[in-house]
Amino acid sequence: MIKLFGFLKPYTVSIVAILILVFAQTLSELYLPTLMADIVDKGIVNGDTNYIIRIGGLMLLFALGGTVCSIVATFLSSKAAVGFGTILRSKVFSRVESFSLHEFNKIGTATLITRTTNDITQVQMVTIMILRMMISAPLMMIGGVIMALSEDKPLTLVLVVVIPILALAIGIIAKMGIPLFKLMQVKLDKVNLVLREGLTGIRVIRAFNRIENEKVRFDDANADLTNNAIKVNKIMAALMPIMMLALNFTTIAIIWFGGIRIDNGSMQVGSLMAFIQYAMQIMFSLIMVSLMFVMVPRAAASAVRINEVLDTVPEINDPKQVKIADSQRGFVEFKEVSFSYPGAEQPVLNNISFSAKPGEITAVIGGTGSGKSTLINLIPRFYDIDNGSILVDGVDIREMAQESLRAKIGLVPQNTVLFTGTITENISYGKDDATDEEVKHAAETAQAAGFVLEMKDGFDSVIAQGGTNISGGQKQRLSIARALIRRPEIYIFDDSFSALDFKTDARLRAALKKEIADATVFIIAQRVATVMDADRIIVLEEGQIAGIGTHKELISSCEVYREIVYSQLSEEELA
Amino acid sequence: MSEERREQRPIGRPGDGHGGGPMGAMGRPVEKAKNFKGTLKRLIGYLRPRRFHLITVLIFAILSTIFSIVSPKIMGKAITKLFEGLMMKMKHVPGAHIDFVYIQQIVLLLIGLYLASALFGYIQQYIMAGVAQKTVYDMRKEVYSKLARLPLKFFDSRTHGEILSRVTNDIDNIATTLQQSLTQLITSIVTLVGIVIMMLTISPMLTLLTLVTLPLYVVVTSLVASRSQKYFAAQQKTLGELNGHVEEMYTGHQIVKAFGHEDESIEKFDIINQRLNNAGWKAQFVSGIIMPLITFIGNIGYVLICVVGGIFVTNNTISIGDVQAFIQYSRQFTQPIVQTANIANVIQSTIASAERVFEILDEVEEIPDSDDAKVLKFPKGDVSFQNVKFGYKEGVTIIEDMDIDIKQGQTIAIVGPTGAGKTTLVNLLMRFYEIDGGKITIDGVDIREIERGALRSIFGMVLQDTWLFNGTIRDNIAYGRDGSTEQDIVRAAKAAHADHFIRTLPEGYNTILNEEASNISQGQKQLLTIARAILADPVILILDEATSNVDTRTEVYIQKAMITLMQGRTSFVIAHRLSTIRDAGLILVMNHGSVIEKGTHNELIAQGGFYADLYNSQFTGANLEKEAG
Repeated sequence: MIKLFGFLKPYTVSIVAILILVFAQTLSELYLPTLMADIVDKGIVNGDTNYIIRIGGLMLLFALGGTVCSIVATFLSSKAAVGFGTILRSKVFSRVESFSLHEFNKIGTATLITRTTNDITQVQMVTIMILRMMISAPLMMIGGVIMALSEDKPLTLVLVVVIPILALAIGIIAKMGIPLFKLMQVKLDKVNLVLREGLTGIRVIRAFNRIENEKVRFDDANADLTNNAIKVNKIMAALMPIMMLALNFTTIAIIWFGGIRIDNGSMQVGSLMAFIQYAMQIMFSLIMVSLMFVMVPRAAASAVRINEVLDTVPEINDPKQVKIADSQRGFVEFKEVSFSYPGAEQPVLNNISFSAKPGEITAVIGGTGSGKSTLINLIPRFYDIDNGSILVDGVDIREMAQESLRAKIGLVPQNTVLFTGTITENISYGKDDATDEEVKHAAETAQAAGFVLEMKDGFDSVIAQGGTNISGGQKQRLSIARALIRRPEIYIFDDSFSALDFKTDARLRAALKKEIADATVFIIAQRVATVMDADRIIVLEEGQIAGIGTHKELISSCEVYREIVYSQLSEEELA
Repeated sequence: MSEERREQRPIGRPGDGHGGGPMGAMGRPVEKAKNFKGTLKRLIGYLRPRRFHLITVLIFAILSTIFSIVSPKIMGKAITKLFEGLMMKMKHVPGAHIDFVYIQQIVLLLIGLYLASALFGYIQQYIMAGVAQKTVYDMRKEVYSKLARLPLKFFDSRTHGEILSRVTNDIDNIATTLQQSLTQLITSIVTLVGIVIMMLTISPMLTLLTLVTLPLYVVVTSLVASRSQKYFAAQQKTLGELNGHVEEMYTGHQIVKAFGHEDESIEKFDIINQRLNNAGWKAQFVSGIIMPLITFIGNIGYVLICVVGGIFVTNNTISIGDVQAFIQYSRQFTQPIVQTANIANVIQSTIASAERVFEILDEVEEIPDSDDAKVLKFPKGDVSFQNVKFGYKEGVTIIEDMDIDIKQGQTIAIVGPTGAGKTTLVNLLMRFYEIDGGKITIDGVDIREIERGALRSIFGMVLQDTWLFNGTIRDNIAYGRDGSTEQDIVRAAKAAHADHFIRTLPEGYNTILNEEASNISQGQKQLLTIARAILADPVILILDEATSNVDTRTEVYIQKAMITLMQGRTSFVIAHRLSTIRDAGLILVMNHGSVIEKGTHNELIAQGGFYADLYNSQFTGANLEKEAG
């Protein structure tokens, strides 16, 4: 967490000001008993009512001053802490946006969302608490000791003895409690996890008749959490009584030793009373600190997660000297490309070589895990390869700017993602300055215009978050339109027709044929029918090219391809 | 890691820390329960089994508080004695001295009182830890077993986040309240009453002065709170907007990258973030000034006591020690006030939480198995639907008068476009939902007369939403059958063609699937669930689009394994791909939730209906390709 506080830098001045203000407020708070001592020692002893009233007025003034300090400090700390959260959020978000798919998937979408939102809110909350309460405790102690010294030096010894003892006691309890608090979070998460799995897998649990097993699993987690919670709370139960005891015994010690000093004539009763009140204020500020016990471990866990994101450096970066590839259009070449996911035993792709030209359709077919999606994800440089090179328009993609590389590509991914906004906005996501005509045309080609116009607001219809208000097939067509509107050099269709019914599929393919005739097209498909007429079919088998060629060539030369074909097409279709 | 994010309610509690100080939830919007009294009563019902503990806690809390309240007054006596001795000395009264014997007695008495108070306080907290945590343990357990008894209908109408939040956040909220706020409430009230009594015994006049500040607290707090709630609401709204943007951009990360929209995305984020900052600091600031204001009011009271008390002492109306005691009382006065004001909010939000938990507990359960429920010892797998009528929602019937007769070992293909309601049949077979009319029988026995567990163990299924849990691959496969050996597991994995890919993973069968199982691909997940079904060795198989995420080639392997597996088993296959179901013994064609055609492939083609259309369109597609190519 301390590491994160580096982001508070722009607020250095504010924080110094906060420290000063809080200290001033603390002093004013502590000065009240001192003034009260004057009332007792001078006013009462001399029976001087005017003096008492005058000092009373002074006290009010100090109280007011302290309050003003405190409010200004609150203002500054609110600004600083919330600003800190804002900076942090912005840093994390832009870092995540710079991640390649590899870093992104390594951490995981769901947890990245939590880290950018909840975790940062958590850290921000604690920062506020620290600026508002935690820092006042040590200042209160310092101030208290200073005031005590000014009132009566020898008696200050009592405070000097008690404070370390108390700090030690709190320290011990914290040491015992904080690991348990951390565990608490872990165990709570475990309960959450079991529960969530129980919810998402409810049909499976019931189908496999595992209700009782799951109950036991949940109960284990629940009991574990409960026992830990009881342990924590039993330890924390000691905290308050110990603090109160320390406070009270300090008071007693002050009375006793103070009494002796008063008897000696070296101290006055008012000072004694002030002393008691200093002790009280110091103790109360310590109690405040102990309340942070619960919060800090939670926020620390959040901070660790945030740091993990910030410490993850995107491994794909633009080179310093960017090459511009504008001499050719739509040429893609793989030269002996090998790629493996970090930590995997076997490479996903091994020694892949092929090249594609404009006007050609290259289809990729193969089994699950054969590396089809990985292969096409390498073209927009979502991952960096281990060996070999990938050239687009004659330039190694690692030497290009990612932006200009991707501007050449129109990707239609396997999992269709649309964004909140109108249909027009979603389609023109592919081209910022698209005209209405272009949007309409893209939608028509993608066979989306029909259903769009049937919607109440046509192209202005709003797509809900996650595209929940339209069907899977409709989403896929919009996603295709989004790629079409770019008019890119290279199209990549990653199994993009799977949710379409056969009729739409056929119509779409016929329309696409004209539209993308001069582009380089990559298609990943499951259905042989989809790839049959490709100029080049790449058959992948466990990361290797098992065959490459046209349908006709492969059917006679490639065993793997033949198997796929026979599994799908009946004899009459083959004929 | 704590990753629950779907439900973000603007409660002050869970987010900003449990027991985050006496001002933790100050000035934030508070949720209100619909039925405060009823829910409170019911919540108290949970404490009944532990009422003796609670009464002990109560007694100890009161004792502890009383002891700590009495002591300042006693301490005041010591100070008075000191002062008197001093004054006498100053007046040079012969033989004047400070009565240390008396003071010593008082000091000893105080030590006793404080020790007792601390001890009682500790015991009270100690007992309460057990009471509170065990109560919520019971509650959590009850909710979980309740969830196990609820029909799937319930889960359809709610998001997981919503349910999760009730079991964790809400119950957690209740736990904290029981642990801290309940005793705090008791001690605060006792303290308030006690202090007022003690103050009255010292000086009614000064007491009146202190009480005068009370309305000020109320006015200031409510004034500021109403303002800050507005800002908090604004903050919450912007936060929601921001979270929405983050969620969307992250789920669409690949697209954002592919289309080079990173900068736009960051730009939009920064705009919302800035607005959040604006709303956020105002909310924090306004709620943050409550505390200084309360302190200020407290200080006004303090000054009043000092001045008026001082004058009274000079008039000899009261003693100096009483003033000291009074100051201590007035200092202790503010905290319980702040606490009680706060607790009122806390209790409200707790009751609202409890209400949400009780809502789950009050849901209508599945019809329990009857006492004479049957268990089919050696099921064969004959399935028949007789005049089955069903609808998910009341009044919307999607299956009407369905009659199907399936013999042991037959393969039944269920086809139709997406959303045609193919999973409905499965839901009915497994009795996840109750039918509205007619009956479904297995081997001639009405499934409602079969024990649910026994019924479901007849089926082996691979569902559309592949479900894997956080654990090793081995455990996930073994889920299909208790007490499976390593050999069984590997054999099942091999049969499902999962063995190969499992072995390519760094840890092989010991690979732990992470929470979202994002460390293996969709197709691989599917293979694992297939392996699981194979291991379970059921009489009736249900493949719910089981192979749609597996490429056709792997599917061929799986089908080979399935064909062996399907020998002598009744199998329901749900799939998009027509080629995979052509060989089925019976095809059920579904559209808009109901079975519109049924028969064999040849019969249906001859019939020339929906199925024929669907089937031919595949040819057309293929033909188009050929013509074009």
